[in-house]
Amino acid sequence: MPKAASSSADRIWAIFAKDARSEYRTRFAVNALFLFALVTLTALSFATGGAGLTPLLASVFFWVIVFFSALSSLAQTFVKEVETKTATFLRLTAPDDAVFFGKWGFNLLLLLLLEAVLTPLFIVMLNMPVANWTVWIATLILGALGLVSTTTLIGALIAVAGVRGALFSVLSFPVLLPLLVVLIRTTEVAFGGGLEVGLRDGFLVLGTYAVVATTAGWMLFPFVWRE
Amino acid sequence: MVGEQPHTSFALQIEGLSKSFGKRVICRGADLRLATSESLAVVGPNGSGKSTLVKIIAGLMRPDAGAITHSFDSTEVERAVWHRHIGLVSPELALYEELSGSENLDFGNRVGGWGKSAADYTAVLDEVGLGGRGHDLVSTYSSGMKQRLKYAAAFLKDPALLILDEPTANLDEDGVARVWSSLARRTLALIIATNEPSEAERAQSRFVVGR
Amino acid sequence: MGIVRIAAVVLITIVIIAAFTIAPPLAAMGTSGAASRIFFFHVPMAQVSFLSFVVAAVYAIVYLRTRKTDHDLFSSVSAELGLVFSIVAMITGSIWAKQAWGAYWNWDPRQLFLFVLVLFYGAFFALRQAIVQADARRRLSAVYLIFGGAISPLLFFVLPRMYQSLHEDANQVVVATQGKFNMSGPVATVFITSIAGFLCLYVWLLKLGVAAARMQEEQG
Repeated sequence: MPKAASSSADRIWAIFAKDARSEYRTRFAVNALFLFALVTLTALSFATGGAGLTPLLASVFFWVIVFFSALSSLAQTFVKEVETKTATFLRLTAPDDAVFFGKWGFNLLLLLLLEAVLTPLFIVMLNMPVANWTVWIATLILGALGLVSTTTLIGALIAVAGVRGALFSVLSFPVLLPLLVVLIRTTEVAFGGGLEVGLRDGFLVLGTYAVVATTAGWMLFPFVWRE
Repeated sequence: MVGEQPHTSFALQIEGLSKSFGKRVICRGADLRLATSESLAVVGPNGSGKSTLVKIIAGLMRPDAGAITHSFDSTEVERAVWHRHIGLVSPELALYEELSGSENLDFGNRVGGWGKSAADYTAVLDEVGLGGRGHDLVSTYSSGMKQRLKYAAAFLKDPALLILDEPTANLDEDGVARVWSSLARRTLALIIATNEPSEAERAQSRFVVGR
Repeated sequence: MGIVRIAAVVLITIVIIAAFTIAPPLAAMGTSGAASRIFFFHVPMAQVSFLSFVVAAVYAIVYLRTRKTDHDLFSSVSAELGLVFSIVAMITGSIWAKQAWGAYWNWDPRQLFLFVLVLFYGAFFALRQAIVQADARRRLSAVYLIFGGAISPLLFFVLPRMYQSLHEDANQVVVATQGKFNMSGPVATVFITSIAGFLCLYVWLLKLGVAAARMQEEQG
């Protein structure tokens, strides 16, 4: 029997590193992600004149930007594998778990980067200072975890299905809606608005969403990835 | 030559395999057996479904009916881990263009747990005639070099079952010679899907697709 | 098969008559007038639309295990019925909302849930139509249904609570006054009859739909 010389962590890391390396060389997903975010943000900043936004509106804008930027690029990692036929190599080489979590980790990195870049831009261009940094950072991390769990599975699904673009947002939106609704509430608090009463419940929902979506995604992934 | 051959006891068994796309029949109730050191040619005209059959055997596609078992020492291997012992060289498989040749091998080795070292990469690249080009990006390779790299990856993996779909596609004379001599030195179960009578003749038995 | 069909027709006929004669207007439903009688139709339909979703998801799981075309048919036909029922439930719900709260739509958690359900069903069918290859269509749409099913409890159980604690506006009043009244006597009888009737209707349509889909499958 062939021996298994690598641990699961090694394999996940190998996928993550491979994706990061080819992304660094091609800048395919990153360009789409950041340009989309920047364009939307600039448009919003012009439209609002940089003043008069309530914390609620600002948080809606923030997550609309993140949501659509994420959908513009997070499926890339799978779409490219399928289109260039490297998916066959991957299927015959890597265990499904490693593929799922490797891609999951890479998408998480992209999203956290996007959020890190978006935060100062948001503060400057929309004139919306962060009032509570603890809430803000917790929201960003939990939000990225939830978004990434769902988009990794659905990204794989649309890549394998051979359908692109529009369908990604159509499929993602209904499943992401509970997440987005709660994210907007906690972000509102981070911007100094809203009510802090339900904050703990909110974070609980965000955490639960991330755990449920990751588990479901991980269990369903083999059915997407293999016939 | 890279690696030892610890898996001398591999066996592939197919019983009552059927697959069709609508009215197009690829096989109906096919039975097949293949063990280590044996070889099988899958033949048939263009579009008859050679690649489909090969995919089914590799576990990349489901048959409509029938059973396929992969086993070592008569112990059946779960379908979910077939990928561990299968090597595939096919037009439907590609390596990463934005990585170099040896980065591709390194990726396969790490993610597949092949237990090989950098010295093995060099050896196998030499074997397929890519010596000295391992650090170039695959996107700079010619189509023949890409085909050679697929062989390098398949050989490095040391598969118990090696499946070749159009084995000499894009290869020049030197490439073809290298491939056949490398194959002759290895102990494995071999499946060759091809249109070329000369290639099919290299196999001990044959299976005709589309009947 | 015949029994279910007859039961559906008889029970729903009884409910249509009874809802306007036997059952008294429901004062606690936010409206004292005859408009409250929509309760007997709206609520069972909303429940059936949710049931269709559960049935579709369960059959999707079964399909992934067995890979039998029939299980995929049950799953997708149930989802089709779910789409129809949830759209009708959304419409009847907003008529009721207009009477009770003065606006057709006010993002009450229940409305939100039905809305997301309709979106989800819509996405499911968009996915099915987009995939040409039959095996892939069945497998991938099953995955999507199950994934949605795994997320849905969050929406169903958690979101209403979030609304109450985080969203201190008109919705608060809506949430507080809705759905908490004691059903008894004729109201309960009519309501339960209605649920049974719509359940039979669902089962009948499911069998019919699967039979039709089977014939289509055999032809094409």
